[in-house]
Amino acid sequence: MSIGHTLLGLLEEGPRHGYDLKRAYDERFGLDRPLHYGQVYATLARLLRNGLVAETGTEPGSGPERKSYAITDAGVTDVERWLATPEKPELYLQNTLYTKVVLALLSGRSAEDVLDTQRSAHLATMRKLTTRKTNGDLADALICDHALFHLEADLRWLELTAARLGELAKEVAE
Amino acid sequence: MTTLLGATGLHKSFGPTEALLGADFGIAAGEVVAVMGPSGSGKSTLLHCLAGIVRPDAGTVGYQGRDLFADTDAERTALRRTDFGFVFQFGQLVPELSCLENVALPLRLGGTRRKKAEAAAAEVMARLEVDDVAPKRPGEVSGGQGQRVAVARALVTAPKVIFADEPTGALDSLSGERVMRMLVTAAKEHDTAVVLVTHEARVAAYSDREAVVRDGRTRQQVTA
Ligand SMILES: Nc1ncnc2c1ncn2[C@@H]1O[C@H](COP(=O)(O)OP(=O)(O)OP(=O)(O)O)[C@@H](O)[C@H]1O
Ligand SMILES: [Mg+2]
Repeated sequence: MSIGHTLLGLLEEGPRHGYDLKRAYDERFGLDRPLHYGQVYATLARLLRNGLVAETGTEPGSGPERKSYAITDAGVTDVERWLATPEKPELYLQNTLYTKVVLALLSGRSAEDVLDTQRSAHLATMRKLTTRKTNGDLADALICDHALFHLEADLRWLELTAARLGELAKEVAE
Repeated sequence: MTTLLGATGLHKSFGPTEALLGADFGIAAGEVVAVMGPSGSGKSTLLHCLAGIVRPDAGTVGYQGRDLFADTDAERTALRRTDFGFVFQFGQLVPELSCLENVALPLRLGGTRRKKAEAAAAEVMARLEVDDVAPKRPGEVSGGQGQRVAVARALVTAPKVIFADEPTGALDSLSGERVMRMLVTAAKEHDTAVVLVTHEARVAAYSDREAVVRDGRTRQQVTA
């Protein structure tokens, strides 16, 4: 996840102090991992160097938390480019799960047991996400749904794989 | 866990097809259990036996300490009306009745007067956010609305157990979520047990635990 682009996007609403920016980030996107101040200021320093943000004022006193930042035109262009670029489709767990199912079948073990074990682990995680989603706001729901759909996809793929390979194993045995 | 509804060693064949081969099951009051497993593994058959609709060839089903299949058919039918609620994938509403009359129907069959039954129905429909379709016929509402009407009908008698067989199977994700959320909320508020047959993990994630049926047997029957 690109923290730089996310901070830039938040600055499109208007200039903010570093501290406000961190709080806005944590509220909307920091469900699992709130930002450290260090990350915020290091990122802002980089954006400043690259001309994507500009300082718009410093309150009396010293330290980066006193400074306020605004997005530049170059910054807006950068956010637009980022939003228009697709993310690399990630492969999540397939490799490991596939290896386990195939190894189970090759060694005469039950692929269904692998599936049952994995399903119960996946469901345990999915229950927690569902609880968080049910008790949270829209932002929680959106983030949790993304994880839930991916976990579900893992399971569906695993079920299909176990069924396909199971039939193949039967044919080979006959 | 005190078992509200339980089954041991259920066997059921349909001709040469062995649908259940020694299935066990147990659920406590207020518990939501997802019944999962491949197509044809015996999930619906298990649900029908638990609900007293299908008589098993062997094994017992116990509800609140009584043997369900030792009762007469009439006693079982009465019990289903007072203590059980049902939600299926589709085709469960009476097309000639309005949605309100559909929801009120289980109470009417139990002898409740029309006015009282329809007032209760209206209240449950409001909880499920389908009060606006009350005067419409089932054919005039969307799939998601119809399914929530069906959930309202299952809840209207304040049943002890709800049997739901793929209740979200015909719905898009958002409607399915709403149905599940409302089903589970209602269950937790009224200490209703829910036997939820589903093949969708996201739907099963609303349960407290899962029971997996494979080749007519239950696995992972973890007792809470
Ligand atoms: N009334 C019936 N007459 C004949 N065979 C039946 C009957 N009901 C179920 N069966 C058979 O019993 C087996 C188990 O069926 P069941 O409907 O319980 O499966 P299921 O797990 O609910 O499947 P699905 O996920 O597809 O709904 C299947 O082989 C099915 O064909
Ligand atoms: Mg079925």
